[in-house]
Amino acid sequence: MVPTTATAASADTTSTTTLSERRVVPLSALAHGRSGDKGNHANIAILAYTEAGYTFLCDYLTAERVAQYFAALRPSRVERYEAPNVRGLNFVLYDVLGGGASGSLRSDSQGKALAMALLRMPIPLPEQVNNTSSQ
Amino acid sequence: MKRVRIGNGGGFWGDSLDAPVRLVREGRLDYLTLDYLAELTMSILAVQKQKNPALGYATDFLEVARSLIPYLRSQPQLKIITNAGGLNPKGCALAVRELFRQENLADVPIAVVGGDDLLPYLDELFARGHLLHHMDTGEPLAARRERVVSANAYLGARPIVEALRQGARVVITGRVADASLTVAPAAFAFGWGFGDADLDRLAAATVAGHLIECGAQVTGGLWTNASAHTRLADVGYPIVEMTEDGQFVVTKPPGSGGVVNLETVSEQLLYEVADPRAYYTPDVVVDFTAVTLEQQAEDVVAVRGACGIATTETYKVSAAYRDGYTAAGTLVIVGPDAVAKAQLSGQIILERLRQAGWVFERSYVEVLGAGDAVAGVLPRAVDPPEVVLRVAVHDHRREAVERFTRELAPLVTSGFAGTTGYTTGRPPVREVFAFWPALIAKSAVSPTVELLA
Repeated sequence: MVPTTATAASADTTSTTTLSERRVVPLSALAHGRSGDKGNHANIAILAYTEAGYTFLCDYLTAERVAQYFAALRPSRVERYEAPNVRGLNFVLYDVLGGGASGSLRSDSQGKALAMALLRMPIPLPEQVNNTSSQ
Repeated sequence: MKRVRIGNGGGFWGDSLDAPVRLVREGRLDYLTLDYLAELTMSILAVQKQKNPALGYATDFLEVARSLIPYLRSQPQLKIITNAGGLNPKGCALAVRELFRQENLADVPIAVVGGDDLLPYLDELFARGHLLHHMDTGEPLAARRERVVSANAYLGARPIVEALRQGARVVITGRVADASLTVAPAAFAFGWGFGDADLDRLAAATVAGHLIECGAQVTGGLWTNASAHTRLADVGYPIVEMTEDGQFVVTKPPGSGGVVNLETVSEQLLYEVADPRAYYTPDVVVDFTAVTLEQQAEDVVAVRGACGIATTETYKVSAAYRDGYTAAGTLVIVGPDAVAKAQLSGQIILERLRQAGWVFERSYVEVLGAGDAVAGVLPRAVDPPEVVLRVAVHDHRREAVERFTRELAPLVTSGFAGTTGYTTGRPPVREVFAFWPALIAKSAVSPTVELLA
């Protein structure tokens, strides 16, 4: 499949609800996740707890938004893949690990913390999406 | 219907030494797999082998093998498949055979799977046009030739199947694709081939191998919602129970800690994956999005529907080259303005080194506890009472990095009030090995199987 790739930051045009009508929750209210490395690249899997949450995140959690959120790590590009069977969005962030496992000077040289960082992203939630916590 | 049970007792070199025995004791396994090789493990093994040609394998496995001897005696069906051989699978196998002999366990056939190591004929490969271009940059490996310490192709399941056919109970390999450690026993036990008719079953076994290759990561380790109730101290390592159509369940030994649920399995399904519709291995290309998960019982998740297509005519290659030296040291800073004082302390260390004539190619200061583990992304902590200062450097001059390791302690007297935590002594200097991913035509690589006499 052809992944969606972040290029220039684009405005959110996917929702009919205005921001003021929304409640802001952390992404962790809607999803769980895990991250890891491949060389100097990282992947972050975000898995929605519900179908409604997954449908919403497919629209909202774009590669552009994730690239913007991690701008401080200077990703050369961000790709997003969908795995609807596990209500998953898989993000691949290129060149974000400061050299990767051996060469990186960071304590998180392998991107293990990136999923936890992304789960803190503030999400303006439309009323119709019930955030359901985990099993 | 015939079932085969495959357990993974270790996901990397450094994983729990007790897990394999606990898994074998409680797991009713047909096959125990043990994965020792992370991306850069081979480069570490290469340096060990340079110092001592008898080494170059994961020596932890000898300790594990010793602990498994009573179970090899009492469980005649049990077989062990491991990539502990690293850069010297024959040496590893000879050491295991010696160990078994000492323990009067002489009748366990041991097989060696090799041929993955490209270093001995790297120049010949270059000369024949196999340039091992870097998968990201396109640069040929010859540009780093003098500094290359390891170059290994990821072999597939076939030579392991052949080793099992020859009667091995312990199969010791060099670099193979992680999932192939699981694909091989399934293919052997059920008599699968590697043709077009087998692709979906190979895909299923690849999913199984991918799910268990990191040990406890599918049984509660790293689970987002793990808590005290998850009992990780007692975590059970994973078992797949597969039928010959490739359907399988993921589970763990009864009574063990951890958990197997839809969340732990789906987190691991996408772990270190790029495009989930095309997961490449030497055996098959798998569509992970075709898989369905179902919680069948407590700690039992059924995995169905995997499908695969024919794989490529190339092996992935993981090479590594020497790239200088690194060290990282920490101090604890307690008190008002801890964050600012820690940042300043980091700058003071680098400034003192500069005054002494040492400027580093790269340096990095983190204030852990302030939000620096993912700097600029995590929220900043507001006035934490204490933080950990971590300073790291990288340079091609070993003496520069050595000098850096001596510059942390002085801050205990010449830094800010509340500077402490210098209990571990000087940090060690570590050699850096840069990772070089590439592809090579399968026709240029010859996997080998040898049953030890």
